[in-house]
Amino acid sequence: MTSVTATPAQAETGAIRATLPHVAPFLSILAIAMILPFVSNDYWALIGTRAAIYWVLVSGLNLVVGFAGHLAIGYVALLTLGAYTTSVLVAGNVMPPVPVFVALPIAGCVGAVFGVIVGLPALRLRTFYFAMSTLGFATIVTQIALAWQSVTGGGIGISGPEFPAPFNTPWGFYALCIAIAAFTTWLSANVARSRFGRALIAVRDAEVAAEATGISKPRMLIAIFLLAGALAAIAGGLFASLQTYITPDAFTFDLSVLFFIAILIGGRGSILGPMLGTIILTILPEIAAPLAAWSTFLYAVLLLLIVLVMPGGIAALLDFRNRRPLASNRAIVPRPAALADIVRRSAGGKALALRGITLSFGNVRAIDALDLDVMPGQIHGLIGPNGSGKTTTLNVISGYYAAKAGTMTLGEDALPPGMPALRATRGIARTFQTPRVIGEASVLQNVMIGGSVEGRATFVEALLALPRNAQDERMLAAKARALLGVVGLESLADVRADRLQHSELRFIEIARALMLDPDFLLLDEPAAGLSSDEIERLAGLIKAISARGTGVLLVEHHADLIFDICHQVTVLNLGRTLAAGTPAEIRVHKEVVSAYLGG
Amino acid sequence: MLASILASGLAAGAIYALVGVTYNTMFSTSRVMSFTAGQLAMLGGVFGSMFMLKLGMPILVGFLLTLLACAVIGIITEFVAVRPVLKSLDQHLYVLSTLALALMIQQVAAIKWGTEPQPFPRLFGLGSGVWDEKFWLPVVACAITILGLEYLYRRTLVGRAFLAIAEDNFAARALGLPERNLRVASYALAGVIGGIAGFSGGELLLAFFANGALLNFYGFVPVALGGLGNNRGAIVGGLALGLFQQAANFLVGGIFSSVAVFTLFIVVLLAAPQGLFGTSTARRV
Repeated sequence: MTSVTATPAQAETGAIRATLPHVAPFLSILAIAMILPFVSNDYWALIGTRAAIYWVLVSGLNLVVGFAGHLAIGYVALLTLGAYTTSVLVAGNVMPPVPVFVALPIAGCVGAVFGVIVGLPALRLRTFYFAMSTLGFATIVTQIALAWQSVTGGGIGISGPEFPAPFNTPWGFYALCIAIAAFTTWLSANVARSRFGRALIAVRDAEVAAEATGISKPRMLIAIFLLAGALAAIAGGLFASLQTYITPDAFTFDLSVLFFIAILIGGRGSILGPMLGTIILTILPEIAAPLAAWSTFLYAVLLLLIVLVMPGGIAALLDFRNRRPLASNRAIVPRPAALADIVRRSAGGKALALRGITLSFGNVRAIDALDLDVMPGQIHGLIGPNGSGKTTTLNVISGYYAAKAGTMTLGEDALPPGMPALRATRGIARTFQTPRVIGEASVLQNVMIGGSVEGRATFVEALLALPRNAQDERMLAAKARALLGVVGLESLADVRADRLQHSELRFIEIARALMLDPDFLLLDEPAAGLSSDEIERLAGLIKAISARGTGVLLVEHHADLIFDICHQVTVLNLGRTLAAGTPAEIRVHKEVVSAYLGG
Repeated sequence: MLASILASGLAAGAIYALVGVTYNTMFSTSRVMSFTAGQLAMLGGVFGSMFMLKLGMPILVGFLLTLLACAVIGIITEFVAVRPVLKSLDQHLYVLSTLALALMIQQVAAIKWGTEPQPFPRLFGLGSGVWDEKFWLPVVACAITILGLEYLYRRTLVGRAFLAIAEDNFAARALGLPERNLRVASYALAGVIGGIAGFSGGELLLAFFANGALLNFYGFVPVALGGLGNNRGAIVGGLALGLFQQAANFLVGGIFSSVAVFTLFIVVLLAAPQGLFGTSTARRV
């Protein structure tokens, strides 16, 4: 499931051939599901229905856990909510009864709302806190179901909704659930392979870089929580119907554990893996009946083993493509000339100006009244000893730090302090001192992340695979491939990024930044760790980028590189400008030579 | 009613606070939040009831054996669920490994001990009404634990070594502190504190396997309120939570008290992610 993106350059048949290996496993599972009624009995109808219902929930939850990386361990609460909402609406305890096919979407809406409420802490905090908030929600939903007797029937329970013919037989209901499960698989796959799915993984594995590319974490997560909540609640409605009668006891925490562990066994960032995980975990206690009481214990043991032994899950086992060895003597040969083939989006022409920027950490003044002008089409070097405020300056420009005083302007417009996610739309892109790349995604996907703000399709369009989303995908993939050619990595496009060498990651970051066609490119020590050949090629690449009208702000320790390619150089010391001027002036500047360059 | 709210609120709050301290004790030496904290408190009640009621041991022997058993579980946590994932702390695998271990503990307790709440013996038979020992025992236990911890951290070499590791793991190791052993010791200590929480709260919460998940959540709320690793915050947060929950319980009824606690938790997390007494975040870029 690493790359499902079809390439536009290839013909239609090529696209089919590229997607077939990814779709085939799902089609085989669907085929098995369709054969099942003809080869087995009602008992298996029940198990198959259950697996399908669980998968409806897990397909949504997978986007939260597997893609966004938020450990939602209490999703049984949303199943409970959906089950009770549907049952109560159909039974008419509170208001006039409604048909089940109306009640189910209503339950979905309720689930979506609560999915967001439970997910809210994830916007600020990750991991344990979020896990706890879902766990807490799971605890109170059960308590409410028990105590709110007038509506939920308390401990006595309430009848589940009954579906009209032809869905009122075991196999009829089975067919309905399989159909819904197939539909939700399609939905979640659409999200997963759209720019939204990539953005989720980017926020998970490289949050800082994701912000710099303009991905808005809150908006992404809220969309996902809405979807996952709705699917969970719809699964709940189906579950209530399958159970025919529900009490709070039916929704034990063990179910939550099953959902959660199915995803982890399946593997992060995969859809096939969690699907297999769900099927296996549903069937496992059935074929080993004496183990039924110990099933949760077994799930927990499985979880521990997966975490300790095989963190990639089933998906990593099935990922044969990334086990092929890479050539060991590969060299990065950028082709800066190819930049000309890529259409330039914006005219640029604006200058980036910093005036009196001041920022202190505690009592340390990291930057002290700094003035800096970066002109379009120029390479501006920023050098100075360690701790002189070079990277901090970049962080202020890209919004990770809000300056205490001073102003930043881009052309005529003020650049608001803070708010890193707004920089990409202003045409400012950057790389990082330590490359921030998504290890589990392919090189191509990593580069495509850089163009996230250029996509025009909305989340709903991506969800339903409408044409505009396909256009976005084609455009982003084509541009990313072209840029990989520019930086000289096109042969590695489909390789997992964590298999690459350090120097290659640096060039991926540059390609990612170029996806924006930035007016300004901030490079933070791009030559660190590169060989002298690679530095030479990097120099050519940077020159070509600036020749297209992009202003480059280059933080670097390699004095040769700076003096070779920069038009302007600013030397910082202790957060202040020590000297500024052309490379020739700086090279002979007395204080610079004594403080930094050395005589 | 005020007296009942105060008595039950402080009692529950003291238990939550102790579970919070259990979280913090494990966190301080390993930077890991472990789902086993609540389970340790659950086991405090289950082991206590088992040793004293089922096996008929004297109170003191039962108490010490309970603490010993909980300390062993704490050490097992360190070996099984914490040590293997420490090298990749940034991936937060500990959330999963400790969750897995917590689930195993809970499931074994459910199967071997039973899924029904079972009685916990009266320890001293002192007091009645709002002065019943089941209300003041947790508070006393909490106070003694805090005094003990303060003594440990301020007056003993081991305690100072704990603090050194909590403050700066790398520097402490560079000084030659046996970081690994101290971490194991802190997990044993966390087990003891969790055991005390469960044992002292046994008469209030009974010996019930499902207390683990409940205390995991209610014990974490004070940690979230008070800030990670901040014991004073956890104590204040725990007592406040207990009073808040019991007040809501008496005033608006049982269901809404848990809704109120949950809402409070979410609101605090959104408004002050580092807790009310916590310090600001680390550097990101």
